[in-house]
Amino acid sequence: MGLIELILIVALVGIVILAIVVGLWLIAAYNGLVRRRVQTENAWSQIDVQLKRRYDLIPNLVETVKGYAAHERQTLEGVIKARQQAIDASGIREQAQAENLLTGALRQLFALSERYPDLKANQNFMQLQEELVSTENRIGFARQHYNDTVSRYNIALETFPTLLIAGLFRFQKADFFEVELEQERQAPKVQF
Amino acid sequence: MAEADQQSETFPRQRSPYPADLTYHDLIARNRRNTWWLIAAMGVLTAAVAAAIAAAVMIYGTGVLTWQGFAIAVAAGLITFILASTWSYFAGGATLLRISGAKPIDKADDPQLYNVVEELAIAAGLPVPQIYLIPSAALNAFATGRDPEHAAVAITTGLRQKLTRDELQGVMAHEMAHIRHLDIRLTMMVATLVGLIVLACDVFLRAAFHSGRYRGSRRSRSGRRSGGGAGVLILVLIALVLAIVAPLLAKLIQMAVSRQREYLADAGAVELTRYPKGLADALRKLSADVTPLKQANRATAHLYIVNPFLNARQRQNLDSLFSTHPPIDERIRRLEALMR
Repeated sequence: MGLIELILIVALVGIVILAIVVGLWLIAAYNGLVRRRVQTENAWSQIDVQLKRRYDLIPNLVETVKGYAAHERQTLEGVIKARQQAIDASGIREQAQAENLLTGALRQLFALSERYPDLKANQNFMQLQEELVSTENRIGFARQHYNDTVSRYNIALETFPTLLIAGLFRFQKADFFEVELEQERQAPKVQF
Repeated sequence: MAEADQQSETFPRQRSPYPADLTYHDLIARNRRNTWWLIAAMGVLTAAVAAAIAAAVMIYGTGVLTWQGFAIAVAAGLITFILASTWSYFAGGATLLRISGAKPIDKADDPQLYNVVEELAIAAGLPVPQIYLIPSAALNAFATGRDPEHAAVAITTGLRQKLTRDELQGVMAHEMAHIRHLDIRLTMMVATLVGLIVLACDVFLRAAFHSGRYRGSRRSRSGRRSGGGAGVLILVLIALVLAIVAPLLAKLIQMAVSRQREYLADAGAVELTRYPKGLADALRKLSADVTPLKQANRATAHLYIVNPFLNARQRQNLDSLFSTHPPIDERIRRLEALMR
């Protein structure tokens, strides 16, 4: 066996090893992207669960408030209307807008309850209040978790070398669930 | 492209509360690695103790050291160790909760506590841990379990009653951070394995003491003189082994509790709640408390959010090489730095 053949064999082995390494990396990177995409989908479904939880609590809350402050029609109807709009919304952006409106309407309702001591002392109202505070927190945290997950996924899509795989298999960037300004971030901390 | 710019503007990425270049993924990897180191170290320790006992028995019994004797002893030691580790991994959490006297609660028992924990589970993207109450007036809390899917948080009734909703959220976020960082696995295994060794040493010591007395009395009746002092020999040997083992165990506990872990859990809590004030206010209340937690012992002390033994002043300031927790004042100072 001559020197040239030896070199050829070594080169061939080298190429095969390189191909295997690249192949393995491709598989790992592709699976990694899929995993992150599934994570964002899971995180979104968690937001969805919490939004539904809030829709379910609202009719009960409105009924309870009506018993003490029936003449506050405008605020009560505002809440009901905002709830319906949020249920009907489709797409992440539209949903985010509708939910922000609903949060505002609910905040008005709780501000109003300050003027009705009997309402504030009502056991049922207090329970609903705790549940709604908790739901606000859940929505905020679910959104925070969703956005963190989206940001990790999008960074993977936009950085080299996973960028190549993302382009090859047409991975789409995920939308953030938009967070408003500082006062919006503080929403879960409001003491009613 | 314009779309991407708009997104980055409307989503303010807050600076991470963790130290630079560190994410909780790094902490998880570190804890996995340290758990394996713990198991390896304890395995070697068990083998060494088994060999020492084998040597003692062979010298006393036949006066000849054989490698078969060592092999059997080490094998028996390692099998026992594997059983103990398996038990610690799968049943450690439940055992620690039982030792602390914690009782599981339902949502109906305390809706607010339940809500707070469920909220934080959402923030961390983890399953909801089981929630326990420890009937004690002391102010303390801990988390345990082998992984986030099998985790539990426990809080004393005293602390539960003293905290506002925001403070409760801070404390529970600290515990959730321990779960997320996988601190719970390492600290659980340290607590149960160390506890088991202390227990085994205790049993062994008593057995040796009693058998020594028994042999002694029989010997005096039968008038035989051979084998005199065997019990004493074994006792001396055990004392020797313990003298070697004790500092090693202390080192292991220290590794598990490295005060860094508490600072990092505080940072992890802020990462979850984005509200350092809640935890800082809670720590202030904890630091003013003087009630000792009777259910805690030296093997479990490092699990708790604050040291269950020290008095208020020590908790606030004590910063010695041997303390299992960082001084609360320093923790509050670091949280306040995040608020600015």
